[in-house]
Amino acid sequence: MRAIVIGASAGGVQALLSILTALPPQFSCPILIVLHVPQRNDNPLVSLLRARCLLDVKEAEDKEPLGQGTIYFAPPGYHLLIEKNMTIALSSDEPVNFSRPAIDVLFETAADALSDAVTGIILTGANHDGAQGLRAIGAAGGTAIVQDPSTAEMPAMPLAALEACPLAQSLSIDEIIEFLRKEAA
Amino acid sequence: MDAALVTSSIEDIEIQLLLEALYQHYHYDFRQYARASIKRRLLQARSQLGYASISEIQAAVLRDATLLPRLLDFLTVQVSEMFRDPSYFRALREKVIPHLHTYPSLKVWVAGCSNGEELYSLSILFHEEGLARKTLFYATDINPTALKAAQAGVYSLDQIRLFTENHQRSGGRSSLSDYYTADYGRAVFDRSLSSQVVFSDHSLVTDAAFGEMHLISCRNVLIYFDRELQDRAVGLFRDSLARRGFLGLGSKESLRFSAHADAFDEFEREEKIYQRTAS
Ligand SMILES: C[S@@+](CC[C@H](N)C(=O)[O-])C[C@H]1O[C@@H](n2cnc3c(N)ncnc32)[C@H](O)[C@@H]1O
Repeated sequence: MRAIVIGASAGGVQALLSILTALPPQFSCPILIVLHVPQRNDNPLVSLLRARCLLDVKEAEDKEPLGQGTIYFAPPGYHLLIEKNMTIALSSDEPVNFSRPAIDVLFETAADALSDAVTGIILTGANHDGAQGLRAIGAAGGTAIVQDPSTAEMPAMPLAALEACPLAQSLSIDEIIEFLRKEAA
Repeated sequence: MDAALVTSSIEDIEIQLLLEALYQHYHYDFRQYARASIKRRLLQARSQLGYASISEIQAAVLRDATLLPRLLDFLTVQVSEMFRDPSYFRALREKVIPHLHTYPSLKVWVAGCSNGEELYSLSILFHEEGLARKTLFYATDINPTALKAAQAGVYSLDQIRLFTENHQRSGGRSSLSDYYTADYGRAVFDRSLSSQVVFSDHSLVTDAAFGEMHLISCRNVLIYFDRELQDRAVGLFRDSLARRGFLGLGSKESLRFSAHADAFDEFEREEKIYQRTAS
């Protein structure tokens, strides 16, 4: 099985909306997403996307098996992890990079569970979360992508990821969409 | 194979062996804990405790029991807050407490009590609702450092703001500050809150049921177990609950896929509060 993992922070709602609503219904990979949102809020994107996406969109549940063509969001206040048996795990461990959920946690466990069968994408954001995780994905032979910092609403997060993982491809939102369409066609 | 992959799979083997060693020598059983999270935390332990490999930790902890508590602090997760998820405590207050009023005496088990935040929350709730005097609490955990902290009931004043806000949002009828005294940057919770509490070392993995509870609150513990281990723990809860007793889980835990789902009714679905069936 292949999977896509995406990390986004400030400016991420718009970027994710553009990408996810452009994916066709036959898209075959599971997509797991960490979006930084203030702790106590519900993730506003889940219900919004459910109405506008051709794929299934849901908040990830502990122990559920990864499903083809399903988009999973980390619930606020919980880390999202992938287990080697291709199930989802949640945890309420300490915040990482001041965030829970943290992008690094998802990406590092994705690299460990899926090695070269994972694509990691870092989108706009104003912090450095995800940089180490993207590096881990690259090191395990997976595909590393960052949103082209010059096109990102907040370039800090893609820049930090590029610095940690210099071989990552730097793509615009449209190019990311194109990449994903080919990837899971 | 790629170098990073080889390293990672060697680490997996070492982790397996370390967990086996901890079980055989100390009877702490983490073998069926959700592995991805355990791996992250053991790799942290390796670097923070200054070992070159997981195998080195294993060799050290087998010979030096004083290392065990420090390792347990990595293997168990001590993240908690008072009135965590205020809506859970509100549901207990509004929906469960009215049932509890009908009993002459009550037993409440806080399983996986960590540093005591959940226990003191329940104790305060029971004081506010006039149930404290007839209630005996059991607070259990496997981490001895956490159990000691729970017994002490002392928290940093930095946390009190959050605790106070949670308490209010849970429908608190009093002020949290009625229950502690501030002292050099610490909040020391009132002895009266823990006078009817039995603290004890108990593992949901290796220990037996203990009986006739009216309410078991076990939050954010099962999430660290694999499915089979979750079933074991839930079986323990089933056997420890009085008929029509209540079980409260963490906000991302449920009995939906449990082998023992039939033994419980959903009582407050959103808040993951279940009720033992009558049979
Ligand atoms: C994340 S804390 C949860 C604290 C609190 N219940 C809450 O929800 O905020 C998890 C606790 O479970 C304890 N624990 C882990 N394994 C356990 C076991 N087998 N039996 C009992 N407690 C366990 C840990 O030591 C830790 O204190």
